[in-house]
Amino acid sequence: MNQSKKGLSNWLLVLAVLALAVAPLIFVRGAEFGGADSKAQEAISEIQPEYKPWFKSIFEPASGEIASLLFASQAALGAGVIGYAIGLYKGRSQQQKHEE
Amino acid sequence: MNRKQQALASLCLMAVISFYLVVGLPKPAYAMHIMEGFLPVQWAIFWWVVALPFFLLGLRSLTRITQANPQLKLLLGLAGAFTFVLSALKIPSVTGSCSHPTGTGLGAVLFGPLTMSVLGSLVLLFQALLLAHGGLTTLGANAFSMAIAGPFAAYWIYNFTIKLGGKAKIAIFLAAAISDLLTYIITSIQLALAFPAPVGGFIASFTKFAGIFALTQVPLAISEGLLTVLVWNWLQSYNPQELELLKLIKREPQGNESV
Repeated sequence: MNQSKKGLSNWLLVLAVLALAVAPLIFVRGAEFGGADSKAQEAISEIQPEYKPWFKSIFEPASGEIASLLFASQAALGAGVIGYAIGLYKGRSQQQKHEE
Repeated sequence: MNRKQQALASLCLMAVISFYLVVGLPKPAYAMHIMEGFLPVQWAIFWWVVALPFFLLGLRSLTRITQANPQLKLLLGLAGAFTFVLSALKIPSVTGSCSHPTGTGLGAVLFGPLTMSVLGSLVLLFQALLLAHGGLTTLGANAFSMAIAGPFAAYWIYNFTIKLGGKAKIAIFLAAAISDLLTYIITSIQLALAFPAPVGGFIASFTKFAGIFALTQVPLAISEGLLTVLVWNWLQSYNPQELELLKLIKREPQGNESV
């Protein structure tokens, strides 16, 4: 009973996060959804038009596709570790309950 | 002749600028942190110097924790992985631009803020090296906002809320959400310090940058709070022993350091 109630609240948490992410896409029409950083970059060039970046990234992803590959790998690696750890903890706690 | 030269010169200039814009500048949708080269040299060095001691102290506390309690390594990995995942998620926001959560609140509450200064900096380093997201010259500044200021705020907010008698879940939500928002406010301060407006100075610049970063971040901060509570729920139901253990550890060393 308690466990299922917890499960429900976890699903609600996930739903709320999804809603927060999707709502702007529906309600803010005609926006670019670029990075906030490129806006900051524009702001810098407005404040100090003569400023030039003095150092460039050593490596840049060759294309948007490569960048999204790297980002996806980052998320996948992290999610894999989280899933592994939570799964291990869950298995362990269930085994302990079993033994009791 | 003179006019021709002028035309040629301006054509060359235009070609160079457009070439630079196409090739040189990072494409949009990159980097929500301060970009490579976008802090003047003296500020870049300043933030490196500020961030470095925290990183070193963090390394020390990290080795202490893992030596005393090797069974916590997996949980440490989880905290790092959480930051790793969340900082890869670019989520659209109400301002019509995208940004990403930081994920540092969870680890800061579990292990104390110094640990996160190491884990957060490693995530930033990965993004700077492989994704042109943030940068090496700006790493000090970015590490200060995301891996130091954010985690310390999270740690204090959590303990403060608990002291006031708040529930652990509410405390963890507030810690994660507010520290996420604070990270971007610090970023705005860092940019405003380096680029004060000719009219209005620091305050005018800060309002401008905060309008870009902090406003975008509001819904994302709430998302981060909710996701952190989600992981916290899992840990509580499957892993109560380690959480108990962490409470005991934190009382000893952190008590001295936070004073």
